[in-house]
Amino acid sequence: MAAWTRRVAVGPADSPAASATWFRRQVLATDLRTIVGRAYPRVRGMVRERSWLFFEILLPFLATSTFVFVYRALRAPPEYVGFVVLGGAMTAFWLNVIWMMASQLWWEKSQGNLELYFAAPMNIMSVLIGMAIGGLILSSSRAFVVLVIATEIYGVSFAVDQWLLLALVFGLTLAALYGLGMALASLFLMWGREAFHLTQLLQEPIYFVSGLNFPVGRLGFIGALAIALLPLAVGLDAMRQLAFAGSDYPKGTPPPVIEALILVAMTVISLLLARWMLRTLERLARREGRLSVRWQ
Amino acid sequence: MSAATPVEPLAIDVRGVRRIYKAKPNPVVALDGIDLQVEPGELFGLLGPNGAGKTTLIKILTTLLLPSEGTARVFGFDVMTQTKELRRIMNMVAGGEQSGYGILTVREQLWMFSQFYGLGTREGWRRVDELIDAIGLGEQRRQRVSMLSTGERQKMNFARGLLNDPWIFFLDEPTLGLDVSAARSVRELLVEWKAAVPGRTILLTTHYMAEADELCERIAIVDHGRILAIGTPAELRRRVQRESIFRLELDRLEDGSRSLARLPGVVSASTAAAGESNGHERQTVVVNLVLENDAALGGVVSALSGVGASIRALRKSEPSLEDVFVELVGRGFDDADQAVGTDESPNGDSAGRSDTPQADQRSAERPAARPHGEHAEEEELV
Repeated sequence: MAAWTRRVAVGPADSPAASATWFRRQVLATDLRTIVGRAYPRVRGMVRERSWLFFEILLPFLATSTFVFVYRALRAPPEYVGFVVLGGAMTAFWLNVIWMMASQLWWEKSQGNLELYFAAPMNIMSVLIGMAIGGLILSSSRAFVVLVIATEIYGVSFAVDQWLLLALVFGLTLAALYGLGMALASLFLMWGREAFHLTQLLQEPIYFVSGLNFPVGRLGFIGALAIALLPLAVGLDAMRQLAFAGSDYPKGTPPPVIEALILVAMTVISLLLARWMLRTLERLARREGRLSVRWQ
Repeated sequence: MSAATPVEPLAIDVRGVRRIYKAKPNPVVALDGIDLQVEPGELFGLLGPNGAGKTTLIKILTTLLLPSEGTARVFGFDVMTQTKELRRIMNMVAGGEQSGYGILTVREQLWMFSQFYGLGTREGWRRVDELIDAIGLGEQRRQRVSMLSTGERQKMNFARGLLNDPWIFFLDEPTLGLDVSAARSVRELLVEWKAAVPGRTILLTTHYMAEADELCERIAIVDHGRILAIGTPAELRRRVQRESIFRLELDRLEDGSRSLARLPGVVSASTAAAGESNGHERQTVVVNLVLENDAALGGVVSALSGVGASIRALRKSEPSLEDVFVELVGRGFDDADQAVGTDESPNGDSAGRSDTPQADQRSAERPAARPHGEHAEEEELV
């Protein structure tokens, strides 16, 4: 018997019934391996396709620089340069979430990958988590580069009193953001191209209300609403308060600890929503042929 | 007291499956009461034109689609409720599949998919390398997927389908768009893999008659969402050949075919053509014989030697599966595809399959098949 034709199996393999019976640890291991496997193309892509250096570092850096020069021309307090640099770095995550994470399932469907994912034995949430982690690694490197370059060039000085809380808020912001991306992924798949148009329509307003280039507290009620709804707005606001401690930070937004709790709630809600939407999507797909029939 | 022997479940057990797509202006019936049983270890073929319902049936069996009515089980697992168990023992590959990520190499892409089936990291890499060598993609191992030719890509898809060593392998037009050599290579691998372990089962859909004939142990001919006939290729051919037909090449036949036509068991005998053979000025008489059965040939041979005629060649005419299809459906395969209105080229080199409600809608508008009365044997084979 040729080696490649030998039996290969995750579980017991002497019959179909035995092969179909997995222990809990095999289920868990498969889900974890799926996360790693699905994150792999994104990390590989970062190394292989270098065009992102131009599109996702140089161009966002130019946009950030514009605001830096505007603030300097207006003689704004120096920490405003820091605010906008931090916002510029976080832009990488937001763009990744709405353009890659949210649209990924739709793209996977058009490539024919989605039905292979659904027909494989792992939990489909693992695929979404793998996409999120891959995107996170990709975006973190971009955000880090923008942050370092801008900090060096524009002489930003951070004043951090609570490093642990800052790290926690950063982590929670990413968790809430990518949780939102995971939920949007199912929504985009159901809405198809219309969702892309909606994204384009909302891109600039969301930039604005998230306060990427200025403290969101300046927006009053709209800012408060953004903090209640948008992970980017609340996370960025908390990080600015923590990264520039003691500065004359605009009043009107909750303290970082409260904002961290809001982020926890957002993360839990978005992950539950993503899981529910995926299940709904699979049910609809199987009932109406949305996955298996390309025109639907 | 005798111990009860556990009954091994059928590899595929489909009963009364209907699948109706919601579509405007009218719902489309893609499957219309399918009954199908496939034994473990069988290589079973679904043969039918585009829009016949083959892909819809595969989607149901691979848990991607729910039947509107009826039940379907794969190795005893209900496709509607036991999806987790079933997905652990199956895999599928479709023709023209573009799955995966072009930025990865062949090796990386296959490894990624191996992780979805729970293979350990090292075991995954080892399995990937084994399969790459087996399918003859060794030179493309580190080539990006986006750079592969159609044939290479399909070989890679085939390797992907074998990563988890499925007990049941669903293949939907697996050689679609492949050149002759690549298609042959895929078919050989398929046969080798299946033969290595008893119980490995393959369900193959195709609209290439020769492929079905060469590979499949049994075939179901499908059209308009219904199975028209099931049997081995030989059984199906026998449906349209009630007599034995032979072509004889003789050195001479003094009184023509009349004497042969009077022999017992000979339905008819006619002289087809006479000419020189091999350029050596030897006359050849060609006789077409229709016999009641093969046994009648003995009498013909004896009669010919009695009159001093030598047989230079003897050939039995076999009907093709296409003849079977025409007999069952009332039109040829190409006609059926044209009626569906696909954009496929005559050699089947199509960019996409057309198992869509629109295609089914069009197929529903095709002329009806011949009345059942013309197919006396149909019911016993279905």
